[in-house]
Amino acid sequence: MAETMERLHPRDEDGGIKMTNNVVEAKNLSLTFQTNDGPVHALSEIDLTIEEGDFVSFIGPSGCGKTTLLRVIADLEQPTGGAITVNGVSAHQARLNRAYGYVFQAAALYPWRTIAKNVALPLEIMGLPASEQQQRISKNLDLVNLSGFEKKYPWQLSGGMQQRASIARALAVEPDLLLMDEPFGALDEIVRDHLNEQLLQLWAKTNKTVVFVTHSIPEAVFLSTKIVVLCPRPGRIYDVIESNLPRDRSLDIRETPEFLEIAHRVREGLKAGHAYDD
Amino acid sequence: MRMMTDTSLASPRSTNPFSGLMSGTTGPVIVVVLAILAIWYISAVILNTPFQKEMYERASRDDVPVSQLVSDTLAQERPVLPAPHQVAIEIWKTTVEKKVTSKRSLVYHTGITLSSTLLGFLIGTTLGILLAVGIVHSRVLDKSMMPWVISSQTIPILAIAPMIIVVLNAVGISGLLPKAMISTYLSFFPVTVGMVKGLRSPEVIHMDLMHTYSATRWQAFWKLRLPYAVPYLFTSMKIGMAASLVGAIVGELPTGAVAGLGARLLAGSYYGQTVQIWSALLMAAFLAGALVAFIGVMEKVVLKKMGMAQ
Repeated sequence: MAETMERLHPRDEDGGIKMTNNVVEAKNLSLTFQTNDGPVHALSEIDLTIEEGDFVSFIGPSGCGKTTLLRVIADLEQPTGGAITVNGVSAHQARLNRAYGYVFQAAALYPWRTIAKNVALPLEIMGLPASEQQQRISKNLDLVNLSGFEKKYPWQLSGGMQQRASIARALAVEPDLLLMDEPFGALDEIVRDHLNEQLLQLWAKTNKTVVFVTHSIPEAVFLSTKIVVLCPRPGRIYDVIESNLPRDRSLDIRETPEFLEIAHRVREGLKAGHAYDD
Repeated sequence: MRMMTDTSLASPRSTNPFSGLMSGTTGPVIVVVLAILAIWYISAVILNTPFQKEMYERASRDDVPVSQLVSDTLAQERPVLPAPHQVAIEIWKTTVEKKVTSKRSLVYHTGITLSSTLLGFLIGTTLGILLAVGIVHSRVLDKSMMPWVISSQTIPILAIAPMIIVVLNAVGISGLLPKAMISTYLSFFPVTVGMVKGLRSPEVIHMDLMHTYSATRWQAFWKLRLPYAVPYLFTSMKIGMAASLVGAIVGELPTGAVAGLGARLLAGSYYGQTVQIWSALLMAAFLAGALVAFIGVMEKVVLKKMGMAQ
């Protein structure tokens, strides 16, 4: 209870850090992989704050550490330096609290489970009563427009529908934070546009904090309230762009000067940060 | 008229009357069976000729026509290689024309072998699965058990089978169980290896998903590893079943040839009854085929029920 109060009314004491309002807070975070070819600096000196209700995109070329950073937030990788908190606690504790839903690059549905049973998977693990499971399944399948597909097996659905099912599965945990790792990367552009629009509606409806990894500039600009541009070797943050686009947006916004201006800044950041030495 | 145009339009391949037969599985199977029978008959004639010629010499007959020689080689009482129809007649006589309870009934002996095969297979599969679960979940077991599991299979089963029978007899265990133990010994291995592979086969992304739910190892096992391993289990069960039958037959050899297909083989070789040996061999082959096919059907049903087969 005290925790909730703190989240609603963050303390603003002099010098006190307002950890509680920030969903993710990383300080001087670094991660070095030891490989046979010597150390690989996947992340270096990452300082990042993600506030409640933000839609944050990580964008950058492959090898810039954007997926690694997401996995650190999810406690699927352990940083080798610095500190990170998720919902005010350690990333590890946040994972144990099931603080987030994670959507992978592939839908990763279990082929022996129907769509409804796939959405039920985290609920079974949480040990929720059957009635509660049923209610959450229908609610979240409805959110991603998959009602009526409960009894289908994954292979009976298209790629886009499978990915929507995996989003429903992540939402079923009812987390405040949704971590998405290039969820639409494998889909064609038409389907991707459509799902982007749906995702924004979902975000507006559910009021969640979303962290979204992508390598598509239009996707990042269209979706985000905040765009984090990363660059490789070592993986670090090059630029953080606060988007001034209205929260309620449709695909048409991509033609506006404001949109193009942000996209331009992202592109410039990617170009400069990449440091083409060839 | 219509027929004519159809034929003329059809590709040359489909006008071949055999193409329909050969495109399925029936055609190739028939061809292979016919080829085996042909080779068998030719071999029988060649292998049985020396003895037949000896017989002619003893009877002082020199002018035997070739056709007579061929038909005689295929009708010997104790041929080196019995002809297929001799084996077929023997199988017919000892299955259909004998009472099942008779000691001369091949069905009776097959039943004896089948019971120890199934018991050994059951124990072996259970043991194999349990070992695999242990190996997958414990590094210590992985390091310590796996070399033993593998080296257990390098020991010739023919050498160890009499030991098991003798030792178990000495402690008062006889009958079905010692034979089943040998089946177990042979059949746990493919199941262990297959299940270890199966339980380790979930993709990283699927394991990561379990992590994000902070699922326990037990939950990850039941909800992910085990269902993932089911196709592997069926494949290794097919191998295990065939090995189990071999184990049961080998187990019957040193028991003093009381009953079972192994006993039938041994008795046949004592008395030079090659026809009896071959009919027992064929029976064993049919039995193995039927058992493996049964597991195949089970596999189809289970995978379909799980939604993994389309």
